[in-house]
Amino acid sequence: MNVLARSQAPAPDTDTGVLLSARGLTKVYDTGEVKVQALRGIDLDVRRGELLVMLGASGSGKSTLLNILGGLDRPTEGDVQFEGKSLTRRSDAGLTRYRRNHVGFIFQFYNLVPSLTARENVALVTEIARDPIPPEEALDMVGLAARLDHFPAELSGGEQQRVAVARAIAKRPALLFCDEPTGALDSKTGVQVLEALDHVNRELGATTVVITHNVGIADMSDRTIRLSDGLIVDIDEVGRAKKPSELSW
Amino acid sequence: MVSWISALDRKLLRDLFHMRGQGLAVGAIVACGVAIMVMALGAISSLELSRDTYYDRYRFADVFSNAKRAPERLASEIADIEGVRTVETRISRMVTLDIEGMREPANAQLVSLPENGVPRLNGVLLYSGRFPDPSRPDEAVVSKAFVDAHGFTLGSNVRAIINGRARDLEIVGIGDSPEHVYMLGPSGLLPDEKRFAVFWLSRRALEAAFDLDGAFNNVSVSLSPGANPQGVIDGLDALLAPYGTGGAYGAEDQLSNAFIESEMQQLASIAAIIPPIFLIVSALLINAILARLIATERQQIGLLKAFGFDQREIAWHYVKMALGMVVGGILVGFVLGAALARLMTNLYANSFRFPDMIFRLDPSAFVIGGGSAAIAAIVGAIASARSAANLAPAEAMSPAPPTVYSKGVLQRAFARIHFDEPTRMILRHVTRWPIRAGVTVVGVAAAQALLVGTLFAFDAIDELLEQHFNRTDAYDAAINFVEPMNYSAVREIERLPGVLSVQPNRDVSIRIRHGQLDERVWLVGVDPTGRQRRLLDDNQRFMDMPEHGLALSSQLASMVIAGVGDRVTLEVLEGERPVLDAPVTGIVNEAMGWPAFMDVDALGDLLGESDVVSGVYAMIDPDKEAAFSEAVLARPGIASVALQRASIESFNETMEENINIMMTIYALIGGAIAAAVVYNAARISLTERGRELASLRVLGFTEGEVSYILIGELGLLVFLALPLGGLLGMGLAYLVASSMATELFRIPVTIDPSTHGMAATIVVVSSIAAALFVRQRVKTLDLIAVLKTRE
Repeated sequence: MNVLARSQAPAPDTDTGVLLSARGLTKVYDTGEVKVQALRGIDLDVRRGELLVMLGASGSGKSTLLNILGGLDRPTEGDVQFEGKSLTRRSDAGLTRYRRNHVGFIFQFYNLVPSLTARENVALVTEIARDPIPPEEALDMVGLAARLDHFPAELSGGEQQRVAVARAIAKRPALLFCDEPTGALDSKTGVQVLEALDHVNRELGATTVVITHNVGIADMSDRTIRLSDGLIVDIDEVGRAKKPSELSW
Repeated sequence: MVSWISALDRKLLRDLFHMRGQGLAVGAIVACGVAIMVMALGAISSLELSRDTYYDRYRFADVFSNAKRAPERLASEIADIEGVRTVETRISRMVTLDIEGMREPANAQLVSLPENGVPRLNGVLLYSGRFPDPSRPDEAVVSKAFVDAHGFTLGSNVRAIINGRARDLEIVGIGDSPEHVYMLGPSGLLPDEKRFAVFWLSRRALEAAFDLDGAFNNVSVSLSPGANPQGVIDGLDALLAPYGTGGAYGAEDQLSNAFIESEMQQLASIAAIIPPIFLIVSALLINAILARLIATERQQIGLLKAFGFDQREIAWHYVKMALGMVVGGILVGFVLGAALARLMTNLYANSFRFPDMIFRLDPSAFVIGGGSAAIAAIVGAIASARSAANLAPAEAMSPAPPTVYSKGVLQRAFARIHFDEPTRMILRHVTRWPIRAGVTVVGVAAAQALLVGTLFAFDAIDELLEQHFNRTDAYDAAINFVEPMNYSAVREIERLPGVLSVQPNRDVSIRIRHGQLDERVWLVGVDPTGRQRRLLDDNQRFMDMPEHGLALSSQLASMVIAGVGDRVTLEVLEGERPVLDAPVTGIVNEAMGWPAFMDVDALGDLLGESDVVSGVYAMIDPDKEAAFSEAVLARPGIASVALQRASIESFNETMEENINIMMTIYALIGGAIAAAVVYNAARISLTERGRELASLRVLGFTEGEVSYILIGELGLLVFLALPLGGLLGMGLAYLVASSMATELFRIPVTIDPSTHGMAATIVVVSSIAAALFVRQRVKTLDLIAVLKTRE
């Protein structure tokens, strides 16, 4: 069991294949007038190489959790350890290094740089990475070898998102965070993106965390966790019940 | 509907508050432009009012003339000239002063006062004391600046060399006159209160001193309303011709008055040239800000249209926003301009001797200043307002389509160079939005141009001084005789202690005619072998005095539109008053004035005289300057002695006080423009690309790397702007020089490389400061929001 009750949280064991470990995470947004408790105590271990899907309704805290795990935000209380080292005590520059060297992000709205071609959008990241995959190869992995020199405005939504996937994986990240990767896409295009994700997850062994409110996607995961009201309410060892191509919504 | 309008106005106020940084930048530029306009116009109206009040109260004359010796009975004939209202005859002479503790001589103009001390024209304002007692020939009223400069008081004695005799004059009154508001001594460049004074003595005393019993040598007249000044000038010349007149002239040629006019003309040029630069930049910035704002507010505009607002209301909304951005600047400009106008007016009190420097700010200054700033704002807003008004509601309510980029000219041009991706982003952004990049380049270039176009004035002054003191007028002393003398006078000067060499000259007053144009000028006869007073050609090379014919100063050539090869008519205004034709055989470059030159012997032939001189230029052994001064003062027949060393020192003293203040003001203003333009460009870029830059931060780019994309683009644009600004600055310098040049002096367009360097440094430093200020905002980029929102 990798999801543990708060009371019995042991120290994470880096030798057991746990890449990222969160303990006792809470997050309170204090706007001065009202306090919003977004996370109420999350314990979670993310295993090396798994494809983890986080489900939850809007406001369940899944985005907040993703932000904290991705090094974009800090918890109010609790600790996150990456490869046994604390993230929460790092400076902003330390978090930037974490994102730069270990993390890949895929956004709902792709967030490509409009002034750079597909190849250059990927190169943007490979230029600052330590051991990158060549941009052409990364784009080939997501099936866009033929569209290297197209600008974002010349690509369809699905193609743009696949460029984003290529951009995210080209640095060979240990972790890949995907925030509603198919949220802006229709079912058919979404499946293409999920196939790309599935492919790079297997090929590169990048631990992949997908947040979505699309329950259908859960069937392609190793594990699915459900969040509600800032707490993990359920975990499900799916074990990759379906291939992405078998999904629809 | 009414509540909707007010809600819309509330949105406008909130938008303005939200954009306060950019609004402040625009406001600062507008404030500078308006302030300079109000300052210049306020200084003009103050000078005008002070002058008119003084002239009116102390009866400044309309036409002036002189003679060697004219009988007093001529006064009634002069009064009979048609158009003459009042006549005042006087005796006026230049003399030298020997002042204890001063190595070099000072000069004074002695002017006679009637028995009661109150002349009909050119009255004397008495600050303290009394007018001279006609029975006591050594009493004098002395001009206030000179008295103050030397710490004299009523009862002090000053030694004057009158007709070769030293006389101690007692200061019984301290006064001033409208004829001497700008007190420029002989060969002076600037008023020198220590070395030039006006002494008013009783007519009787001067008649006796200069043997002019029952005669006068100077006359001024006032005109009846509507009289033709030229007719009176001609009438005076005709009447005085037999008595050795130098020719009559109107108030516009009266030296002191001409300087006041020239100052006002220069202020008018400043008001016409400098503020428009600020207003153009502000219009460009407003254009860029609103274009971006409207892109951001597309959906709001669509909503407003869906609610039923018409095109005019939408357009007016954005025009109001532009006006909102400048209104603060206009008000600050009013206050600042009024304060600067007052400061200027107070500074004028130092160089213009008005009894009361009256400060008046004409309401028109505010109307013109505020009005032109408002027009600039509207012009800046118009394109954006129109595009907002023309957005179709349905189109406006959907998000803007993604921006289409291409590889762009820059990158194709440098196809072989490998750029990193952030650099590509910079290059593509610049080529994708060439107009916006152009606005930044032009704005920064305007700052650079303004700096070059103002700071060059210091180079121009250096150039003028270098040309005047070291090249054309390289003598140490200029000595003018009371009357033209025989050549033996030159030999006598040559024998004075300390004199190393001499060069005689013969100045004669002439009227030069070419076609319909004529000017009254000094014709300077120069010894072509002399090395002390020399001529320069257009390229600043020494040129030989033409053996025959006339060399015109370039100013004079343009005044009468004559060039080499043209024939001009010379009316000599003294002696036999011959009228002759002469060819123009050279054009010379003179720093000051607009004389004509001739070979001294050729001039002698022209005048039918030989070996007659009116003055001497001399080189003096610096160690023997005191001995020379003493000796030259003891000589009779010397009207004035001017030492160049004293002129240079006095000039530098006066200039140094002003230069640092002026430099600082120019640097602040130029720096403000550059900073405002760069700040705006950075803010617009940040608003527009915030999401893109935040995404890069999420991807692991550091603040520094993201800032590079933002600031690198600005750096590139500033880099492009500098050479353009340098070129525009040269153009502005030409414009400033040509519109500020007056008959009294021209402004050479000399721009030292260090001036370009200083301007560029100010621009770059201000730009960096503004960019660093905006860079702070990179820290506050919202990394989380970009994950969620669509642009």
